This record gives sequence, C-alpha cells and structure tokens, in this order.
Amino acid sequence: MSKNSNSAGEDRDVVGKAYDSMLVRRLWGYVGDQKAKLFLAVFLLLLGSAAELAGPWLSKVAIDKYIASGDTTGLIRIVIVFVVVAALAGALRWSQVYLTGEAGQIIMYRMRRDVFDKLQRLSVPYFDRNPVGRLMTRITSDVQALYELFGSGMVAIFGDVFMLLGITVVMFAINWKLALLTLTVIPVLLLVTFAFRKVVRDLYRRTRSQISALNGYLQENLTGMRIVQLFGREEHNFARFQEQNIALKNTYLKTIFFYALFFPGVELISALAVGIIIWGGGTMMIAGVVTVGTLVAFLQYVERFYRPVRDLAEKYNILQAAMAASERVFQVLDERVEVADSGSPSAAPAGVYPFIEFRGVWFAYKDEEWILQDLSFVVQEGESIAVVGATGAGKTTIISLLQRFYDVQRGEILIRGRNITDYPLTELRAMLGIVLQDVFIFAGTVADNIRYGRPDASETEVEDSSRVVCADRFIERLPEKYQEPMMERGATLSTGQRQLLAFARALLRKPDLLILDEATASIDTETEQLIQQAIRRVLEGRTSIIIAHRLSTIQRCDRILVMHHGRLREQGTHEELLTLGGIYHRLYRLQFGQVAEAAAS
Amino acid sequence: MKSLLHLLPYLKKYKTHITWGCVAAVFTTGISALAPWILKLAVDDLRETVTAGKLAMYGGLFVGTALVGGVFRYYMRMLLIGMSRKVEQDLRDRVFSHLQAQPVMYYTRHRTGDLMARMTNDLDSVRNVLGPGFMYPIDTGLTAIFSLVLMLMLSVKLTLLTLLITPLVSWSVFKLGKVTHRLTTDIQEQYSRLSEQAQENLSGARVVRAFSQEQQEIEKFDELNQEYVSRNLSMTRVQALFFPLMGFLFEVGAALILLVGGFGIIRGEMTLGDFVAFVGYLGMLAWPMIAIGWVANLLQRGAASMKRIQEMLDTEPEIQSAALPKSPSARTGRVEFRGVRFMYSPTSPSLGVLDFTIEAGQTVAFVGATGSGKTTLINLIPRLLDPTEGQVLIDGVPTTEWDLAELRRCVAMVPQDAFMFSETVYNNLVFGNPAASRDQAMASARVSRIDKDVETFSAGYETMVGERGVTLSGGQKGRLALARALVRDPLILILDDALSAVDTHTEEEILSGLRSFMKHRTSILISHRVSTVREADRIFVLREGAIVEEGTHSELLENNGIYADMERRQRLEAELEMTE
Repeated sequence: MSKNSNSAGEDRDVVGKAYDSMLVRRLWGYVGDQKAKLFLAVFLLLLGSAAELAGPWLSKVAIDKYIASGDTTGLIRIVIVFVVVAALAGALRWSQVYLTGEAGQIIMYRMRRDVFDKLQRLSVPYFDRNPVGRLMTRITSDVQALYELFGSGMVAIFGDVFMLLGITVVMFAINWKLALLTLTVIPVLLLVTFAFRKVVRDLYRRTRSQISALNGYLQENLTGMRIVQLFGREEHNFARFQEQNIALKNTYLKTIFFYALFFPGVELISALAVGIIIWGGGTMMIAGVVTVGTLVAFLQYVERFYRPVRDLAEKYNILQAAMAASERVFQVLDERVEVADSGSPSAAPAGVYPFIEFRGVWFAYKDEEWILQDLSFVVQEGESIAVVGATGAGKTTIISLLQRFYDVQRGEILIRGRNITDYPLTELRAMLGIVLQDVFIFAGTVADNIRYGRPDASETEVEDSSRVVCADRFIERLPEKYQEPMMERGATLSTGQRQLLAFARALLRKPDLLILDEATASIDTETEQLIQQAIRRVLEGRTSIIIAHRLSTIQRCDRILVMHHGRLREQGTHEELLTLGGIYHRLYRLQFGQVAEAAAS
Repeated sequence: MKSLLHLLPYLKKYKTHITWGCVAAVFTTGISALAPWILKLAVDDLRETVTAGKLAMYGGLFVGTALVGGVFRYYMRMLLIGMSRKVEQDLRDRVFSHLQAQPVMYYTRHRTGDLMARMTNDLDSVRNVLGPGFMYPIDTGLTAIFSLVLMLMLSVKLTLLTLLITPLVSWSVFKLGKVTHRLTTDIQEQYSRLSEQAQENLSGARVVRAFSQEQQEIEKFDELNQEYVSRNLSMTRVQALFFPLMGFLFEVGAALILLVGGFGIIRGEMTLGDFVAFVGYLGMLAWPMIAIGWVANLLQRGAASMKRIQEMLDTEPEIQSAALPKSPSARTGRVEFRGVRFMYSPTSPSLGVLDFTIEAGQTVAFVGATGSGKTTLINLIPRLLDPTEGQVLIDGVPTTEWDLAELRRCVAMVPQDAFMFSETVYNNLVFGNPAASRDQAMASARVSRIDKDVETFSAGYETMVGERGVTLSGGQKGRLALARALVRDPLILILDDALSAVDTHTEEEILSGLRSFMKHRTSILISHRVSTVREADRIFVLREGAIVEEGTHSELLENNGIYADMERRQRLEAELEMTE
C-alpha cells in the first residue's frame, strides 16, 4: 500500500515541478517591496555564518600562538575577540531571522487580504458551489503553508549551503590534506540523512492519513453515538476504533525505530570523523605537518556540519507543500466573477416606466430544470405586491433575481425601464431593502446589526428606525439595550425578534423597494402583533414585494401574484381571486382553512 | 501538576519497558561521557610519546564508545518513547469506550468539536509528557551527572565556571518558553477571530451582497488581519531570539574555558587535553541545559491537558445498565408509560404527565406539531433518555431494571436524521446485526424498497456510503434506515418520521409490506402525514408535551379537532399539487 501511495506521491511531484517555474514567478511577484528585506536578510545571513565559522579558528590561533608561547595578554585579547564575534554572530542571526519572518508575515498578510477581497467580489453561484469549509482552508491553512516558504524556507537554504561551503573552505585553508581526509565521512552523512528523511517522510504521510482516518471515525461515532447505542454497536465499533488506533501506534513505533537508529547513527558518523582526525591528524602532527590548534579547530568544525545537512533535507518538504498550497490559492484569485458590473452602463431611458418589470423571464439553477418559466409582471411605483404560492413555486427565486444574485437565462428584468444588468451592482442593491425569513445576525451589538447596511448611521437614526418598526420594545428590554452583544448568529433572539431587527436594518437604508419574505414559523402572539404593525407602517406609500404567508398581510397589499410550478397563474386583488375560484382559492382554504371556516360558521 | 498522577495506572502495564529503558539510559549516557576523556588522553599523548599505533587505538576507542553508546541509545529510545505511544493508544481506547457509555444528553451538553479537541490536542500534549517529557529528564539528567563528575576530576575551577552559565541557559529557555506559549495563545485567539469573521462572511455571502457591504467587510477583515500579523511579529521577535541567544551563551562558556583553561595551561596547572575534553563536556551539557527549560513547559501544558481528559473520564454515565438486571417472564412488546414526566432542564418545557399502554402487537401513531414532544417521548423507550418522573415499562419490567443491551436489542428505531456511517451499503444495512444472514438482509431491503436503488449503485451493496461513494438522497436514507432497523428483527419497531422524504406512493407500498412483517410485533409511528398513520390501531395527538386527542383515524375525524384539521389541509395540499 505504501508503495502505491509512494509512486502516486512522486507522480504528483513531477507535475508539481512542471508548474514550478510559473508558480515561483508569480509568487516572486507577491514579494514586491519585501524583496529588499529578503536580500538584506541573505546578506546578513552570510555575514552571520562567517562569524559563526570564526570561533573554532580563533581557538586554533589561541592555542597555537598564545597558549603555546605563554602570551597571556594575547590570550586575553583573543578571548575578547572571541566573545565579540560570538555576540556579533548572534545579533546578525537574530536580525536575519526577524527580517525574513517579517517579510514572510507581510507577504502572507497581502495574500490573505487578496483572497478575501476576491471572495467579496465573487458572486452567489460561486458560494453555492463551494462549501464554506473549503474556502476557509484557502484563507487559513493554505496561506499559512506559504509562510513557511517565505518565512523560513527560501532564505535558510542560502544559509545552509553557505555554511557547508564555508566549513569546507576554512578546513581546506587550514590544512587541505586533513580536510580531505575528514570530509570523506560527508557523503556517508548526506546519504544517511537523505535516506532517513525519505523514509520518515513516507511514514509521516502514512501517519497523517491514519490520523485523519482515525479522527474521522471518531468524529463519525461521536456524531452518530445515538445510532451506535440504539443498535448496540458499542463493542463492534470499539473494536474497529482500536484496530485503527493500534495501526497508528504501529506506524509511530516504526517511526520511532528509524529515529532510534538514525540519531546514534549520526553520532557514530561524526565519531568516525573525530577518529579520523585523531588518527590521521595525529600522524600528521608527529610528522610536524599540523599543529595541535589545527586538530582542536577541526574537532569543532566537524560538530557543526550536521545541522545544515539536516535542514536542507527538510526544506524539500516545505517547498512541496508550499507549491501545492499556492496553486490552490491562485485558483481562487483567478476565478471568474459570474455576475459582474457591465462594462458600459447605459443611461436611464427617457419616458415613464413602471418601477419593476419582469419580461418573459426564464431561470434555472441547474441546466434545464426551470424554476421560473416565462414570468412577466409589472410593479408600479408605490404599489405593494403580495406573492403567494406553495413551497417550490419559485417565490424566493424572484427575490434572488431582483438582487442579481443570479442572472436570468432568458428574458429581462427592468427597473425604471433599465435592465438591471446595466446598473452598477451597488447602485442596484442600494435601491432594495430586504427582510428575509432567516435573518442573518452578525457578531456585534444589536445596533451594529441594525446599522449593517449603513455603518455611518447615527444612534438616533438607528433608534428611530427601530421605533418605526416596533423593534424598540424588545430591544429596550435587553440588559444592554442597543449595545447588547449578539451571540452565535443571534441565538438569544426569537425568530420574530430577529425579523423585527431585520425590518429596522432594511428601513435604515431608506430603500426605494422593500422586499419582504414573511416568516412561516409560528411567532408568539405579542411579537406577531408587533410585526403586523410594523408591516402596516412600512408598507405605507412604499413600493414593495412581499412573499406573504399571513392573510392580514396579503389583504393589505394592492395586488396578489399567484405562483404555481414556476409560472404566474393568477393575479388580482384578494376578492377578485377568491371569486375566480382557482389556485388562490385553494391556497386560501389550505392555509387559512380553519380561520375561513370559523368565519363562515 | 497533580493531574499527571492519573497517568500512573497506565504506566504500570509497562513497568518492564520503563525499567529496561532506564537501564539503557544509564549505559548510553555513561559510555558517551567517556568520549571527551578519550580525546583528552589522545591530545595529551600527542605532546609526549605518541606512536601511529597508539593514535589508531585512540581513534578506534572513540568510535567504539560511539558504537556501544549508540546501541544502548537505540534501546533507550525504543523502550521509553515507544512506551509513550503505547500508553497513548491505551488512553485513547479508554476515552473512546468511556464516551460510548455516555447517554445522548451528554452529547447535547458537549459539542463534538470540544470532545474532538480533547481526544486530539490534549492527548497529544499528554503523550509529550510521557515521551520527551519522561525520557529527556532521565537522559539529560544522567548525562549532566556523568559529565559533571568527570569535569570535576579534570578541574574544579573550570567546572564551577561552566556551571555559572547553566542556570542562565535553563532559565532563559524556561522564560522564553513561557512567553512563547503566551504569545502563541494570543495568536491563536486572533486567529479564531480572523477565521470567525471569514466564516461568518462566507456563510452570510448573500446578506453581505444584498446590503453592498463588501467594502466594509474587507476593511473589518483587514483590521483583524493586521492585528494577526502584528501578533505574529511579536512572536517572531521572541522566537528569533532563541537560537542566537543559546548560541551566544555557549560561546561565552567556550570563551571562559579558553581563557581560564589557557591560563591553566600556561601555568602548567592543566594540559591541553584537559582543555579539549572540557570543550567536549560543555557541548554535552548544552542539551541538558536547554532540555530542562523545555521539559518544564511540556509538563505544565501536559498537566493542564490531563486535567481536561480526566474530567471526561470522571463523568459517570447518567444512564447505566441495571446492576442486577431483571428479565420479563415473556417478551411480547407491551409498552407502558406510567406517570411519565420529562424535562431537559428545570426551565425548559416539559413532557407529560403521560399515562398510556401500547399492547403487544399493536400499531400506534403519534402526531403533532414540531416541538410537541414526539421524539422525546419515543427516546424514553430504548433509554436514550430517562424520565424525570414516573416509569416506562416494557413487558411489565421498568426500563431502568432491564439489562441495557438487552433492552436495546428488543427495540429498533428509525430516527428522523437517518445517520449513516461511511461504510458500504451492506455494512450499514447489517449495522445493528452483523450476524444477520444475507437472505435476512435482502428481505429487509426489499420490504423497505431500497433494493431497486441499490442495484443502480456502481458496486451494488458494496458501494461506499458518503464522500467516497454514493450520496444518498433523503428518501434513500430513510428507506435504508428502515431496512437497517428491520435486520435487527426487533420486538418493537419505532419509526420517527422516517419516511417523510419518501413519496406517498412508495410509502404506501412500504407500509403495506411492513404490516405483514410486523404482524406479531409492536410498531410505533411518528409522522406528519395522515396517510402514514391512518391505518394505525390507535393515534395519539400530542400538543405541548401532552396527549390531547386519542383514537382511531375515523374516531378522530369525527371528533373534528386538531387531527381532523390536519387531515383536511393535507387533502387540499394534495389536490393543489395535482393542479397543473
């Protein structure tokens, strides 16, 4: 199994590499003004590595020159140099790490901002297709993966390579023969490290997939615990869980095995290098070719070889993950905006036009599954219209289309004689005040929520519009009134209260057209009366479209449109339609049957 | 820290592992501590009577210690770190089986996300205590002891000098760790704020657009994004300090040794070999010094996590099998509610008082509006909930006195939300009765009218349900859930609005099939549809937790109450639906 997943992983790497140069160029574009910072960081890194390399060499000088000759002032001087260089190395390294971190954070900030900006411009169909969880991943973990690349990956590679080269050069400079002898262990070290990394990487992948399977199973069991218990599956599922748990443990044990082998292995390799220095260097010393100081310096350099080798082996993983993440992020950024402002908005036509006109509108969310068929109707300025019909008749779709969440497939929608696609989106939506059944409450205070469509509205305006729609009564009763914080999507408010709040929110925008989707859910009598009062006040002299469920609301409207299976079947006043004895008559009996019959008897 | 004591019972099982692991630790640290000493001997010998043979011996000896020390190191890691993974597995199993015993109420009080976090993040930090948190103190402690003894033998003065920087290193690691942890928490907080806003924005995408608030949302997000970056930068500032600071402190140590050791050599108080060995020992001490601070943080975090896990284990399941279970004399499926009342909490609306009996073999139905208490009522039968007052009796024995597993074996429920597991269709079918024969499973599928659907799936009954296979429609889920219940061959069958997503025609077929299947069993139906319940022997109408109407279909129609009104509406609805 691991073999398969291996080759699959490598296939992906090949594909990833082919894309690399393009992605890298695009990513490099994101670096922008941070380039200078990154270059400076690389420069500091080189200086810092050089300073770190100086330590063993200074020891050598101290031993060979001052200790050997008993020069105490020289010794003190060189120790001071030693400490100063160490402090310098520390300071350089610190500023380099900080600079790269800062550059990485700033690049990430921009990328996160751009993804979010893009998501604000994308239209509703995109959100229908992409679950929120997936989009969240783009904003969060994918961007984070790229931080690794900028924040630690790129610059550090320079550092590691330079460190290895530096050590080699210095060793050669001191004594090339001993250097050559000592460096024979390096290929072994490289081989062991890279082989180890490869094995561990595969094991790590297996661990990840086992963990996610185990946690998936766990989550499923927690969510479906009722079913598990009802069907007496506890033991059986426990066995399944345990099986996966043990498999995971075994993978961990295998990983531990390789680590347990690797760490002593690396120690053995560096011990080999030390052994070579003792034996080879010692022999050379007898021959008078090298000094004691050289041996000491070599012993110290050998110790510093391992870290950069290990780091380099790790960088590969980071690069791979970052490339995959950047591909996904760019995909979002490249997404086409489906419902966009038209390039050339036409001027308002001269003459008198109805406020709204639907002209032969056909619409389907999917292929040819028509939700609206050949829908035509007109709403005059100042008129209030009730839309009625059974569930699935297409009422809500009319609202979505008016807001241009979707564009129609055939026909057109006109507002004041102008196709809605010719309005800039913000202008179009600014004309509409919308109250939906399921009121979306944002985190923040009650006032923030009322102000949602007009953040600049004053406190008086907020309170005024609340008063008009009778929302002030329940708000005044909240412990902190308008400053009451809203919990999790307004869970502390009842459906009716939320709808009142939405009224205030819509009204505050002073809309030309009010769109209301009346709540179907039962609302307590007191709030219900408030809502009725609010509707009465709000409708006065205002153009409105209402998806109505309550008889009193319907009767208050100037005209009723009866939708059935996506078509407009009847229209007229309540009395006219009742006399007609068609669909409306049946709907009326269905929904208000008890009331109607009670009234009749 | 006390909470970590709860781990002791889990460790007992691995006593041998731990003992041998510690023995290996003594050997590996002891042997490794000899290496710098060998260097000393070699370097000192260089100035005197060294020969090529002797040098080869020193070199070989050095490699030899690394080899032997390495073997013991291997065993130490395998035994001690391995033990931590084994305990992790035990602990995870333990928590899982404990959670399985928790009743439904527990899951309404605890969010799945929270429970998941305890079983993942918290378990992880406890594992860290057992692995690195256990091994490193032993490993590094021993290394420190051995090195210090040997260092003291070389030079007391230099040893004391080296010890000066030790507390400084450990202390700064501990402090930096603390600050890092605090900053991490700050970052996490801001991260949740950032993602909460994004989540809210994306979930409310329509509202944002309807109110043209895109720009404001962008600004809000930008503010959070900036704060997130600035918190990350504070962290970077501290983190960037860590390695340079450690590096510097050790270089200072090395400089001190160079200075004092150099003087010692010049004065002839010590040899160059002593000096080289000392530098080596300083290197060996580096890791223990860092580890002490690091491990202290691990233990702190692990203790907090263990507390949260223990809290979970200390919660006794509220619903448990009777200690001395009673068995009814005969199993017929007679259900009796005797003075039953139920409340989720003292303030929430209550159900009851309910007093009624369902005779064995009867089919009864409960109807009523959403929230009238139907589902709560039936949950009392298989003890998903226990009544607050009164008793539910099955075949004359109160449910609380039954053996819980036995009780649930008698009852099969088809719940509203037909939860299916990500397994094959067949495994979901025999979920409650893995021992069922293939014929039995197929018969159930046939009665539930899911058999034809399954034939259309790519791999038939072996098709996976869920993301990796077939996505079932609401109606298919309901029918599969029914089949799953029938496979259990239950004494009492409960359908909780299970067929609401199935069309009326298919529902009629299913119900008529069920009638013969359930001939000698008790059936309880919950539905909004009159068509589902009309044939029932008795129909109960629930309203606000109380039974307000009771009788057969025709009796209730005559009564002209809620049920009759419901029937009228549904008839009209059907008529309207037919209108084209």
